[in-house]
Amino acid sequence: MDLAELQEIGEKQRTDRPSIRVRCCTAAGCLSSKSDAIKKSLDTAVKEAGLEKEVEVCSVGCMKFCGRGPLVEVDPVGKIYEMVTPENAPSIISAIKGGKATAIELDRNHPFFTRQKPIVLENIGKIDPEQIEEYIGVGGYQQLYQVINDLPPAEVIEEITKSGLRGRGGAGYPTGLKWATVAKMPPGQKYVVCNADEGDPGAFMDRAVLESDPHRVLEGMAIAGYAIGASEGFIYVRAEYPLAIERLETAIKQAKKYGILGSQIFESTFDFKINIRIGAGAFVCGEETALISSIEGGRGNPRPRPPYPAQEGLWGCPTLINNVETFANIAAILREGAEWYASIGTEKSKGTKVFALTGKVNNNGLIEVPMGITLREIVEEMGGGIPGGEVKAVQTGGPSGGCIPASLLDTTVDYESLARVGSMMGSGGMVVMDGATSMVEVARFYMEFCRGETCGKCVPCRAGTVQMYHTLTKLLKGEATETDLERLKAMCDMVKNTSLCGLGQSAPNPVISTLRYFPEEYLSLLKKESLNGKVAVSS
Amino acid sequence: MSVKTLKIDGVEIAIEEGATILQAAREAGVHIPTLCHLDGVSDVGACRLCLVEIEGNNRLLPACVTEVIEGMVITANNPRLKEYRRMIVEMLFSEGNHVCAVCVANGNCQLQDLAIELGMDHSRFPYRFPERDVDLSHEQFAIDHNRCVLCTRCVRVCDEIEGAHVWDVGFRGAAAKVITGLNQPWGEVDACTSCGKCVDACPTGAIFRKGATVAEMDRDRNKLQFLVTAREKKEWTR
Ligand SMILES: Cc1cc2nc3c(=O)[nH]c(=O)nc-3n(C[C@H](O)[C@H](O)[C@H](O)COP(=O)(O)O)c2cc1C
Ligand code: SF4
Ligand code: SF4
Ligand code: SF4
Ligand code: FES
Ligand code: FES
Repeated sequence: MDLAELQEIGEKQRTDRPSIRVRCCTAAGCLSSKSDAIKKSLDTAVKEAGLEKEVEVCSVGCMKFCGRGPLVEVDPVGKIYEMVTPENAPSIISAIKGGKATAIELDRNHPFFTRQKPIVLENIGKIDPEQIEEYIGVGGYQQLYQVINDLPPAEVIEEITKSGLRGRGGAGYPTGLKWATVAKMPPGQKYVVCNADEGDPGAFMDRAVLESDPHRVLEGMAIAGYAIGASEGFIYVRAEYPLAIERLETAIKQAKKYGILGSQIFESTFDFKINIRIGAGAFVCGEETALISSIEGGRGNPRPRPPYPAQEGLWGCPTLINNVETFANIAAILREGAEWYASIGTEKSKGTKVFALTGKVNNNGLIEVPMGITLREIVEEMGGGIPGGEVKAVQTGGPSGGCIPASLLDTTVDYESLARVGSMMGSGGMVVMDGATSMVEVARFYMEFCRGETCGKCVPCRAGTVQMYHTLTKLLKGEATETDLERLKAMCDMVKNTSLCGLGQSAPNPVISTLRYFPEEYLSLLKKESLNGKVAVSS
Repeated sequence: MSVKTLKIDGVEIAIEEGATILQAAREAGVHIPTLCHLDGVSDVGACRLCLVEIEGNNRLLPACVTEVIEGMVITANNPRLKEYRRMIVEMLFSEGNHVCAVCVANGNCQLQDLAIELGMDHSRFPYRFPERDVDLSHEQFAIDHNRCVLCTRCVRVCDEIEGAHVWDVGFRGAAAKVITGLNQPWGEVDACTSCGKCVDACPTGAIFRKGATVAEMDRDRNKLQFLVTAREKKEWTR
């Protein structure tokens, strides 16, 4: 297949279909509210109205406003309906021909939509993730074709470097630099790994991308494989994501059929095959060395780094590990150019970031925003604020991150600013909390998570998280003394500095950040007689 | 082979490339506490007792798995490191059920030695009194999980020196424990050759010879080192 043939498939896909498309979200969120029944009901209504030639009902991935799901969109009419039920679905079809829909219409000029800057999510909710032709129809796989035919690997890496893209898995390591490191390792067996473990509570960005636009990730991985000289890749997905796994399998099969994956891609000399590995769903398996061990069939235990996976990864070979969202950015960067990408965002954090906006906020869902936007803009404008109350804090970075108090809502979203206020970008969970939230309880929630998720290999993390959880519980029961509080702080310091991997090293962060911004909540929980005459601040 | 020069706690030392900081420290006569390290088997960096400070690096690095670099300036002992080490040992004591007074390894226990060395006379953390079992199914040996510190020395010795791979780690977090076979009673694991290497490897009284009573259990760790030297360097004499 050459470029003309590829474009022809896309063209055919665009012209051969009915002019009106009714899109029904069948990603995990809406599917859990039975959106498959809605799709069926829509299909029946189209048939009954005899509109098969003009109207097509297609199932698409997440349409972002998950909090109001299930969502149905009518294109090009431009209407989105929220909380659709199978019963009111037929009225959506009759509304196309002038009837009145009983489903509630969503305002697409809402800041929730208008403040977004879709790059990673450009196709989400628009194309059918189960049909490769739809991805090709929006220009998919053209970048892969072009790099294989026109761009030497070094130039691909150069372009990614110039774009300023940083890893979206949490730590924000420069992607171009990582690619260059693996590319510079002596030629031989190398691997590309896509980290789709996504274990943070409250996060569903990667799942949404995989369920809604899987080919995008495959294209990014194949380009990476070409750039670093690897002929094989692995996607490590947790077993809790069955729909993502199914859609990935379908996508890989379809791409292979077209000669886009496998051997001699686009009739070139470049081979690249992608395998899926299913993880049992342990948070620690997202840590790269644990992930490698798990793919190899071993226990998902982290090991000390160096050597880094770029030097010694899967089966001792140089291995490139990137996050789903990182790979999902690649094709767009090559299509629009590094300068374009670098023009979005801040000086040190380029491009956009996808967040799963959840918690006590009016508009829950998936958002993609340019770096540099403030938390206030996200929470108050896009999120529509808190139902009947005020924001108390925003938690970013999951169990490795921290709580940012309302007074710091003007903090901009970028790697450095978030770190400066004691949190981190993380993979993209963003939980909004209201005045009724006890910050000590929040800290304990994350500690409970880490306590249950540590692999148990090293003492500070295995035993430290248990002791910290215990002390937080003691506090919440009103049984803790000042000594306990001091010890809690000492444990934060010790666990952070002595643990082997990122899980333990960042597990104390939720405690540290709440201690920093909400000390009075901790003090008010101390046993009164322990305060040596000092008066506890009551909350 | 090229040689690297470095400084550990003020002592200058030259050592061959590829050596670890721990090896260098030992050669320089600087003591660094360890627990999961065992001469002759691979290192895993699990106990975190050997963490050291390295000038110009704000992260602490485990001496047992960190290779020396030319010009490194290392602090292996200072009040901060000592405090962390003490906390780690305290956490180990409160995590298991270490009742030294009735332990076969009393007086010959590396955990006990560490506690004494680090000045730990009591644990500031509440004891957790976990429910742990004792497996007496093996004809000659037994394991008391109450005393296990999860250093995985038994796992590595059995796998890397004896080649039997009877031991492994099962479960995670606080529930993590060493298991034999596929979490069967040790006595039912056919792969065990009853060589006793795990017994010699264990730093505490967790794995012991049946019939040993309180404070009787002394281990010959040189035996393991001897086997490794014998195989690697073909030196068959002690
Ligand atoms: C405990 C732990 C869990 C992690 N979980 C994930 C995860 O679910 N997904 C992910 O992409 N990265 C995760 N990471 C980060 C990865 O180890 C790694 O840095 C990342 O996948 C690299 O990709 P990037 O450079 O594209 O961000 C985790 C790290 C730690 C320490
Ligand atoms: S820090 Fe925690 S998760 Fe990481 S290796 Fe140690 S015990 Fe395992
Ligand atoms: S006695 Fe030997 S073979 Fe049996 S478990 Fe111990 S080290 Fe392994
Ligand atoms: S049984 Fe002994 S050697 Fe094995 S992990 Fe436990 S303490 Fe270490
Ligand atoms: S899952 Fe349907 S809109 Fe997100
Ligand atoms: S001896 Fe180095 S971490 Fe245990």
